Amino acid sequence: MSTIVELIVRLGALVIDNVTALGNFVLFLTTALWCAITPPYKPRLTIRQMRSIGAESIMLVALIGAFTGMVLGLQGYNTLRRFGSEGALGTVVALVLVRELGPVLAALMVTARAGSAMAAELGSMQATEQIDALAVMAINPIQYLVSPRVIAGVISFPLLTSIFDVIGIWGGYLIGVGLMGAPGGSYLNGIAQNMSGHDIMTGLYKALVFGLVVMWVCCYKGYHAQRMATGVSRATTEAVVLSSVLILAWDYFLTSILL
Amino acid sequence: MPIVEQNGNAKAAPVATDAFAIEVRDLRHRFGAQQVLKGVDLNCLRGHITTIVGPSGCGKTVLLKHLNLLMRADSGRIVIEGVDVTRLGNSGLDEVRKQFGMLFQAGALFDSMTVFDNVAFPLVENTRMERDEIAMKVREMLANVGLKGMENKYPSELSGGMQKRAALARALIRNPKILMLDEPTTGLDPTRTGSIHALIRHTQQRFGLTVVMVSHDVPAVFEISDRVAFMHEGRMKLTGTPAEVTAANDEVFNRFLAGRAAGDERDAAAL
Repeated sequence: MSTIVELIVRLGALVIDNVTALGNFVLFLTTALWCAITPPYKPRLTIRQMRSIGAESIMLVALIGAFTGMVLGLQGYNTLRRFGSEGALGTVVALVLVRELGPVLAALMVTARAGSAMAAELGSMQATEQIDALAVMAINPIQYLVSPRVIAGVISFPLLTSIFDVIGIWGGYLIGVGLMGAPGGSYLNGIAQNMSGHDIMTGLYKALVFGLVVMWVCCYKGYHAQRMATGVSRATTEAVVLSSVLILAWDYFLTSILL
Repeated sequence: MPIVEQNGNAKAAPVATDAFAIEVRDLRHRFGAQQVLKGVDLNCLRGHITTIVGPSGCGKTVLLKHLNLLMRADSGRIVIEGVDVTRLGNSGLDEVRKQFGMLFQAGALFDSMTVFDNVAFPLVENTRMERDEIAMKVREMLANVGLKGMENKYPSELSGGMQKRAALARALIRNPKILMLDEPTTGLDPTRTGSIHALIRHTQQRFGLTVVMVSHDVPAVFEISDRVAFMHEGRMKLTGTPAEVTAANDEVFNRFLAGRAAGDERDAAAL
């Protein structure tokens, strides 16, 4: 009997701990969003984060976008040729990139690069009491450290996704038309005729949500890292893994809503 | 002022007077199932250096985090310059925090900023001072702490002692009334320890500060302390001048002073 009671107590404690953690997680975001829209505003910090998250990710995103488009061009041509539909290559490449691969892959790449760095930076600041130092100086640490990153992420992710899409479409043209011999006019006309504003906005809405989620998760994990070396590394790993999972999960939910 | 009784429970301190910059009454705090602060009473005289000493794990740093408002107590009162901070909301706490300067154990300098930017930071973020005025104040403060010419260095380029000095400059830049220090000499060699102690005393006298310091560095820290508070198992066991607490002949304090944990001698004999 006592074993059963002990099990129930442990289960109850586990549930309470997890619900508390989830509540803290959500409160963290709501606090960051509230601080973002209340003074004192931090435009310089936000611009600095946009450079770090956005501008410094452009080359990586462009590179991945190019290779993604090139693979799509190659695979797409070989598949469409079986059905005599090489002319649809441009439509296929563009729609797949703009609606799905662009926002998802760009978000994953920025998570790996900037999200991990952000979690490590905040974790290191937590471990060395720099966050406490801000609080003691009467500076709200979340307003100073987190809100600029969240705003920068929400702005940067759609812009990076757009760059990914354009470079990817060009990559698909380079391989599909330039190398494989698909008709170039059909490639471009297909995009113009079959891609709508809704397709483009779908991808950008996804990117915006991904930007919010990634910044939220990476900042939360770094901010709450345990004050030791393994704590920082664990926070960084968890930030990247959780962000990646949530990107894919939210991709499904958003696709089901926006289709 | 007489020392408190040596019975494991601090005697209730006298009613608050204008002489106290900080008063703590029956402060309690628990982490999960562990009661860390078990009813702490403490008075810190204005314009004096009060040093909190005690064995590791007795709750010194937790107490300091309550005094600098990083933690909220489960019960009890903290009155800082006449304001009961335990009843304040976040904006009220920020106003009280502006009276503090805090030196963290490892300095807590911002890695991505130079020494100049670190020291200027509280002025840049919390005041409307002009850039030139800030620069003049920063250079003056760095000279006060013996870091003239180090403005453009990054924290990683400084020695441990220099980092503590830079952090002290940052803590003092806004002319605080109260300076709190968390083990300011930890990790420093005896020479650097002496110079940091001398700097703390010189700074306190020059600016008329109330200083509250947590330190492991006994008995060296007694040389600069006006009052010592010995903490043991979550309570204040002894308070008084260094001479008073040393002369109290308390067994636990004497053992702590000699660097022995409770029962070590008996355990060694049993083996």
